[in-house]
Amino acid sequence: MKLMWFHLMPYTKLPDNFRQRHNSVWVDIPRSLFDPEIGHRIYNEFMDELEYAAAMGFDAVCVNEHHANGYGLMPSPNLIASALARRTSDTALCIMGNSLALYNPPTRIAEEMAMIDCISGGRLIAGFPVGTPMDTCYAYGQNPSQLRQRYHEAHDLVLEAWTRPETFSFNGRFHQLRYVNIWPHPLQKPHPPIWIPGGGSVETWQWCAAMDYVYCYLSYFGYKAGRETMMGFWREMERLGKDRNPYRAGFLQFVGVAETREEALKLYKEPAEYFYGRCLHVDLRYAMPPGYSSEATQRQRITSQVTLAAQRAAVMTQGASWDEIVEKGFVIIGSPDEVAEQLREVARDLNVGHLMLLQQFGNMERDLAAYNTRLFAEKVMPQLRGLFDDQWEDRWWPKPLPKAARTAPQPLPRQEAAE
Amino acid sequence: MSAPAERSVAVNGVPCRIWEKGSGRPLVYLAGLLGLPRWTPFLDRLAEHRRVIAPSLPGFPGAAGHDTLDTLLDWIAATLDLLDGAGFSGGDVVGASVGGALAAEVAAMAPALVERLVLLAPFGLYDPAIPPIDLWGQKPGVFPTLLTTQPDTYKAFTAPPDGVDPGEWSIVVTRANEASARVLWPLADTRLERRLHRVRCPTLVLWGAEDKVLSPAYAQRFARGIAGKTTVTIISGAGHLADLDAPAACAEAVLAAIG
Repeated sequence: MKLMWFHLMPYTKLPDNFRQRHNSVWVDIPRSLFDPEIGHRIYNEFMDELEYAAAMGFDAVCVNEHHANGYGLMPSPNLIASALARRTSDTALCIMGNSLALYNPPTRIAEEMAMIDCISGGRLIAGFPVGTPMDTCYAYGQNPSQLRQRYHEAHDLVLEAWTRPETFSFNGRFHQLRYVNIWPHPLQKPHPPIWIPGGGSVETWQWCAAMDYVYCYLSYFGYKAGRETMMGFWREMERLGKDRNPYRAGFLQFVGVAETREEALKLYKEPAEYFYGRCLHVDLRYAMPPGYSSEATQRQRITSQVTLAAQRAAVMTQGASWDEIVEKGFVIIGSPDEVAEQLREVARDLNVGHLMLLQQFGNMERDLAAYNTRLFAEKVMPQLRGLFDDQWEDRWWPKPLPKAARTAPQPLPRQEAAE
Repeated sequence: MSAPAERSVAVNGVPCRIWEKGSGRPLVYLAGLLGLPRWTPFLDRLAEHRRVIAPSLPGFPGAAGHDTLDTLLDWIAATLDLLDGAGFSGGDVVGASVGGALAAEVAAMAPALVERLVLLAPFGLYDPAIPPIDLWGQKPGVFPTLLTTQPDTYKAFTAPPDGVDPGEWSIVVTRANEASARVLWPLADTRLERRLHRVRCPTLVLWGAEDKVLSPAYAQRFARGIAGKTTVTIISGAGHLADLDAPAACAEAVLAAIG
């Protein structure tokens, strides 16, 4: 069982009347709502929190990519990950997103991730999401009709750039490069593990199976809503003749732990309401550009995902109450034992070996984020450790250099520097 | 209104539907947003006087293959292939909306093919003071009132045909939107401005006075750019899909211009 600590880096000072006054937290969120001085403070606090989670023994820290988004302040997760590469030593660095279609040439992603893999001594997990419509089609202007074609071509280019031993030419539909020869190339061979966050389309599952990639379901609506998707994933793996190794999958879950359930209900209400009320206030007109979902996915949705889509749309348009957030399992709330029990159930039921935990969410202050993280590490983590490991090997985890071979950050003595 | 004759031609190996009705000199109609889910009263009126040929552009109802067209040049070549396949070797061309943008390209790039041109609220130009609306950034369900002044006519036009599964039909409609987006994303500026001077044939620019997608002010911009003699006619009471809103008035204007 891998326990991974995920940060979205939400802006914490959206006004109380955000939902009433403004259209959307994404795409056209007013520029005036961002105060760079607050940005300065929270970026540093959030990076403290990620470093703290690494120090507390989480297996990985995770960052992701969003654009023009009030709940995700990481247009470039690579910047944060490179800082973490220096400030952490053994923790895996999971970049749960570079949206491949957004970068031209995509070799830029191959290069930056190779840099982080080298700096960190081989601790990188390379996540490649297609990206949401809000990020890719609206904030970054990609044509929804070409997005997936570009994504797959960019993936092929990055993979070739990482693995081909010679300088080569790439003549793609969308990218033509006479010389591809990235310096540096990644430390992990043949390349860092590749994980694919996806929304639940059959094609993505089939592709992950064919490429032997980890499939991650990153939903903000918890395990109850995610169950249908993960069951579909495992049915498809079975159909394709793949084993049920839980490390084929990753799953995102919000968690709030306290000494008692009562205390947890008191502590996490405000940040959860902030997240589900303000942060998920997304204008529906940015949710469904034509061509973003393949026709196969549209057919699948017509038959199977109506409830989940409706739930998502309802939260986007109306928000969610605290009772609903707890009852529907958007956030798992409780004492350490209760949380451990529920997470064990989630991991077993969904058969997921990589749990990505959001323990700072909404406008949660750093003290509470640290409390949530520490209590989890001390009292929940030991109860979950070892799950699955007697039976399954995680073939998709980074393989860093042996510790003795790794170079730690080592400030130069001042005198030496002067000479 | 009797049904048109239907046949199919391959463009890039993918079948595209051709509807045809009437006799006389050929007149090609390239449809706009959503293509032609049904034969329309506007086309029927034209077919009383002319041999109307309505080929479906790739991705619009009756035709697939939009997903291999990556650039505007691909779209222009596909449109020319489609006209070839339809047996159109020259005559009058009417293009509406997205089809209008491509009809203007055909007139600019293959001038020998187009004797007279009618552009009905065509896309292709971009004026920052009055930008085209973001067609693909709209709340669900607003198209009927955004695209037309006759929402009920629009709903009947786009409703699933008899015997077609509603779920499958919604995919057809989404595909048409996608095909439009594939040509026009993100700003609907195809840089047609740079080629408009190559349109030398007599041209009628028709526009619905109530067009909420593309301001009728674009009509004058087209008229200024086109080298051939150009007249502008504004159809009162009609929206972006003016030929759907005001079929008789539009047909009358077209027939008056091209005889």
